[in-house]
Amino acid sequence: MLSPAEWTIVALSLKVGGVAMAAVLPLAFALAWLLARGRFPGKLLLDALVHLPLVVPPVVTGWLLLLAFGPNGPLGSLLERWFGVSVLFRWTGAAIAAAIMALPLMVRAMRLSIEAVDRRLESAARTLGAGPWRVFWTLTLPLSLPGILAGAVLGFARSIGEFGATITFVSNVPGETQTLPLAIYSALQQPGAEATVWRLSAMSVALSLAALLVSELLTRRVRRGLHVL
Amino acid sequence: MSFEIHVEKRLGEAKVGLDLTAGEGLTVLFGPSGIGKTSVLNMVAGLLGPDRGRIAVAGRTLFDSATGVDVAPEHRRAGYVFQDPRLFPHRRVRANLLYGAGDDAGLAATVAMLGIGHLLDRWPRTLSGGEARRVAIGRALLSDPAFLLLDEPLSSLDRSRRGEIMDALLRVRDEAGLPILMVTHDPEEAERLGTRIVAV
Repeated sequence: MLSPAEWTIVALSLKVGGVAMAAVLPLAFALAWLLARGRFPGKLLLDALVHLPLVVPPVVTGWLLLLAFGPNGPLGSLLERWFGVSVLFRWTGAAIAAAIMALPLMVRAMRLSIEAVDRRLESAARTLGAGPWRVFWTLTLPLSLPGILAGAVLGFARSIGEFGATITFVSNVPGETQTLPLAIYSALQQPGAEATVWRLSAMSVALSLAALLVSELLTRRVRRGLHVL
Repeated sequence: MSFEIHVEKRLGEAKVGLDLTAGEGLTVLFGPSGIGKTSVLNMVAGLLGPDRGRIAVAGRTLFDSATGVDVAPEHRRAGYVFQDPRLFPHRRVRANLLYGAGDDAGLAATVAMLGIGHLLDRWPRTLSGGEARRVAIGRALLSDPAFLLLDEPLSSLDRSRRGEIMDALLRVRDEAGLPILMVTHDPEEAERLGTRIVAV
């Protein structure tokens, strides 16, 4: 089984992945909603921008984050001035990198499930006296919930697997930013650490597989027109 | 006057226009499929905006392009029974019926009139076509409507179910005393239910 040091790595990965997913969830949902329902100029551009982290080399994303959150960067200087904190070399920075990388996958899954909601049900609710907000809370949200959860799980899985942007942005600090992939990379550089590589890799595969299975089960519910409530 | 509808709407290549003034009871819009009868109901319900014109029901102006009046659908108090039942799949029949109702005071009477008491705890996907249609009618009635819009309420039902729903509609017409605007392409249906028939 895993050593205490290796459990720390797993726990840190889960923390970074969980926080990244939870923090980016509202933004992902808002973007998915805009792309599914909105009609505005520049929609195509927004769609492309959301998908950018999926295709840009992660090292570029990490470097851009470094520029933005560095001491002289626009976001880094604000954080420093208002809260006296920096996310560089911190697990919070790792969560930011993971969130950016997970965003496109989450938006895609959520957008599909919002698009799958039957608009005719919503118009029926309007004629029954429900305003737009009540329609959203009582119909659109519950009916698209399986897809939203599937997107969240997918985002979580992507977050705990994040490597390139993280190591570029917040480096590979044991106990702080060293998540599973980064720890595996470090172990690969050390002679005689093959057993560690095996154990951590097995853990990675197991976590990813579990997340994908949950996500797929939820997506099937959407396709069958079921719901989780 | 119950319904005063004077509207024009361009839908793609086609143009829908109607001038109608109707009194009490059940008014039937009768005509072949695909000439925009449903669009007229959608305009009265506020789901589709006319290009110009005026819509008033029972003396209340719901839309008037001349004065800029356009009441939101949730404030029009339309009891709209669509051609497809449009029941909410994640809510049981009881919750569907009460979606637009302030409380469950009218539930027992409506349920008895439509004969759907045994369905209250079922999920919509387990209902037959006729049952779903009756639940949709009940849901519209329970939302405290000022008028009813019925879109082909008897289509795609077998003969015995048609009789069942038609009886229910006759009861609604005679007991509720609401102005009703109904769309159909079936002359027999128009003949039997209509207080007056408008061919379009």
